[in-house]
Amino acid sequence: MAEFKLPELGENITQGTVTKVLVKISDAIQKGQNILELETDKAVLEVPSSIEGTVQEILVQSGAVVKVGQTILKIEGGGSSDVIASPKGEAIPERTTNSVEIASSPSAPRNDETVTKPDADQGSTASPLPNDARLTEAPQGNNPTPIATSTAPIPIRNDISAAPSVRLLARELGIDIALVPSSSPSGRISNDDVKAYCKMLNTARPAASGSAALSRPLPNFTKWGPVRREPMNNVRKKTAEHLSFSWTSIPHVTQFDKADITELEKFRKNITGTQTATKPKKISATPFIIKVLAAALKKFPQFNSSIDMSTQEIIFKNYINIGVAVDTDRGLLVPVLKNVDKMPVLQISDELSAMAERARLRKTTIEEMQGGCFTISNLGGIGGTSFTPIINWPEAAILGVSRGSMEPVYIDGNLVPRLMLPLSLSYDHRLIDGADAARFLRWVCEALQQPFLLEMNQ
Amino acid sequence: MSQTFQLVVIGAGPGGYAAAFLAADLGMIVAIVDKEINPGGVCLYRGCIPSKAFLHVAKIINEAKHAQAFGIEFSGPKIDINKLRDWKKGVVNKLTGGLGQLTRARKIKYFQGEASFINSNTLKIKKADGSSEEIGFKNAILATGSHPTVIPNLPPSPDIWDSSAALDLQNIPDNLLVVGGGYIGMELGTVYHELGSKVTVVEMTPGLLPGADRDLTDVLYKRAKGMFAKIMLETKVVKMDSNPNGITVTFADKEGKEFKEDYNKVLVSIGRRPNTENLGLENTKVKVTDRGFIDVNDQRQTTDPSIYAIGDIAGNPMLAHKASHEGRVAVEAINGQKVAFEPQAIPAVVFTDPEIAWCGLTEIDAAKAGREVTVVKFPWAASGRALTLDRTDGFTKLIIDPKTQRVLGVGIVGAGAGDMIAEGVVAIEMGSVAADLKLSIHPHPTLSETIMEAAESFFGHSTHIYKPKK
Repeated sequence: MAEFKLPELGENITQGTVTKVLVKISDAIQKGQNILELETDKAVLEVPSSIEGTVQEILVQSGAVVKVGQTILKIEGGGSSDVIASPKGEAIPERTTNSVEIASSPSAPRNDETVTKPDADQGSTASPLPNDARLTEAPQGNNPTPIATSTAPIPIRNDISAAPSVRLLARELGIDIALVPSSSPSGRISNDDVKAYCKMLNTARPAASGSAALSRPLPNFTKWGPVRREPMNNVRKKTAEHLSFSWTSIPHVTQFDKADITELEKFRKNITGTQTATKPKKISATPFIIKVLAAALKKFPQFNSSIDMSTQEIIFKNYINIGVAVDTDRGLLVPVLKNVDKMPVLQISDELSAMAERARLRKTTIEEMQGGCFTISNLGGIGGTSFTPIINWPEAAILGVSRGSMEPVYIDGNLVPRLMLPLSLSYDHRLIDGADAARFLRWVCEALQQPFLLEMNQ
Repeated sequence: MSQTFQLVVIGAGPGGYAAAFLAADLGMIVAIVDKEINPGGVCLYRGCIPSKAFLHVAKIINEAKHAQAFGIEFSGPKIDINKLRDWKKGVVNKLTGGLGQLTRARKIKYFQGEASFINSNTLKIKKADGSSEEIGFKNAILATGSHPTVIPNLPPSPDIWDSSAALDLQNIPDNLLVVGGGYIGMELGTVYHELGSKVTVVEMTPGLLPGADRDLTDVLYKRAKGMFAKIMLETKVVKMDSNPNGITVTFADKEGKEFKEDYNKVLVSIGRRPNTENLGLENTKVKVTDRGFIDVNDQRQTTDPSIYAIGDIAGNPMLAHKASHEGRVAVEAINGQKVAFEPQAIPAVVFTDPEIAWCGLTEIDAAKAGREVTVVKFPWAASGRALTLDRTDGFTKLIIDPKTQRVLGVGIVGAGAGDMIAEGVVAIEMGSVAADLKLSIHPHPTLSETIMEAAESFFGHSTHIYKPKK
């Protein structure tokens, strides 16, 4: 009997929540056939089998959290696989080309309706949020066991490059030395590595629950009326964790300004009008703002940078990728448009709508959500006069766009009605000074005021 | 019940006394139970120490003979066997007496006698003076060691020795058969050879020192072949019969053909068995495995939570230094410290001539595990120090992980290999890579340089070996 274990799914992905099991016991399965639907940090992936044969046993269910290397199926007969464990059954699954492909193109065309959240009852028996007890019950996993709770015995490791004193320190701290990353090129684990790992576990723990600063106990809400508790889905968990980190680690300042987009609006409608393709396209203001931002980031490179406090360096990026916040039924996703400075506005518009559509259909891959330099969050479609967006770490700034409205503006001694777009720029004050932020936002506003210049620069 | 101890250590060999001493140093109220008048166990009384004393003598005799090659001739040795035996006894008494003093200085209660469990917290001691006493304990450490394996159905004869009898040095037989080509047989065979016996070695397996890498044992085999009267490999002992002058031994070679030889004495050294009998273990929850070892966890705790087991009875390898280390782990675990027995390398040393020593991964282990390794060797023929000793029959090898370049195993054969292996153990425990050994300056002219140069040759070059470029 062969075991199919969850293969490597891509960089930094160690686990996922099963949203659907696509096979049944006694099903005959083929190599490459999808057997599992898995929700990882922000994408839903389909996991193909690397083994063929008959399913004898299914060891996971919808709603369960599975880790890379965990056994999913027991399969009888059929061809062997490159992912099968060694006869001892302890081998770590190899990184096969098959599994790497999953990560980069998870989306075989499929119907969105079948991607359902775990049922409430299944969710409660196998909550996707691993609590401490569960982690200690499963010491095999790739995930670090939180130190304070490691009552489970720490296994003996016979193949670790670490001095006896370092191994003893790890044991005393309740850390499995095999999980400690080495900072040395030879892979040797030092005392400092163990301490750093320990510190990381300690800080990651509260952050993982999305409440870095808030560890106070909640009141009993039922005193005031009935309540309902619902597990957070992965997107919510990730959002909570990520934004807590961004908010607590970056000193934010938000600068407000208004752009006169009366001319842009005329120009935009004009483009829409001249579309002669088979179906007329509507172009929103966002692609224009993205185009302006691309130019602004070139002019103000500190807005396209990241800060590295550990080395006291600033990292400037020579590429311009802009993340766009997309509202989906699962929560906020931020897919990234790559190299927007090299695209004309129409192409940005096309790619933007395709990307938003993929996000809503849950087909966005992890790769599509990585590599952003700057984020734009446009709430103008809903309303509001201004807001203070949170920077998408490790970026340096984010632009919030609210709803444009007609306002009386003094021009040449006259009050004239102009369409004014409120913009909110939150920036990392460690990297960017207030005056530069004001200049940057003013530059963006002025560029939006004169859309013709923009197209000419292109 | 007269007294209750926080810790009782049963068996005061190198594992037991190390454990008892540490426990006392940590402030526990400790008792030791052992058959002998002082701590020491087999290692000091009938093992490592007396055999090394005799091997030192053997080395002197051999070197005196060898000095002929440099133009220095001594007349043959006159051996006063009684004086030699007394000298060995003196060494043993000095060491064990010293341990007795250390026991008293630490205020450890020492019972000379035999212990058996009444239950998981009570022990009955049959004392050497014939009386008996019950004592209570919170924790016990079993460190009862092992005894030589006997061949079943042998005639009772004073001419058939085990290692203890051989170390008593009753006489120097003209003809000695050593049954078993393991380390005990090879070491004692060497002693008796140098004292003047004609020594024959018979071994069931195809090579000497089963478990050690073949390239290491080949060097020993080559020398031993010239030294011993005969080495019979893949040969079994079928039967032994007493005769007026000693023992007639019937052998069967690998084709099953039988033949007979006469010897004055036969030394049976075919291994050792853990001592788990007559301890009253059935009155505790301690489990004994099929092979006679006691089942222990990483802290050396048995299946009975109050009882720990260390040393030979806790599993292979049966080595004194492994027992001492386990003893300290067990005591620290009892003391509530988070510890485990997790050595990356346990050194093994065979004090033959030449010595063989290894630690960590062997090539045999690597092959068994299907693990890819790079093996680099430095022959002692290229070592200045080996030449000055006229002992170029040796080499140093490193077993290295080709990906991480970590040193996984070290094997050395040659004069003084036993002392040199310690560097290998430290290298492995510290997670050293080949470059660490290469970049550490080793003193010249010493044999330790061969470790550095073996590490150099991992990088394709070594000062004292020229390898033409491919």
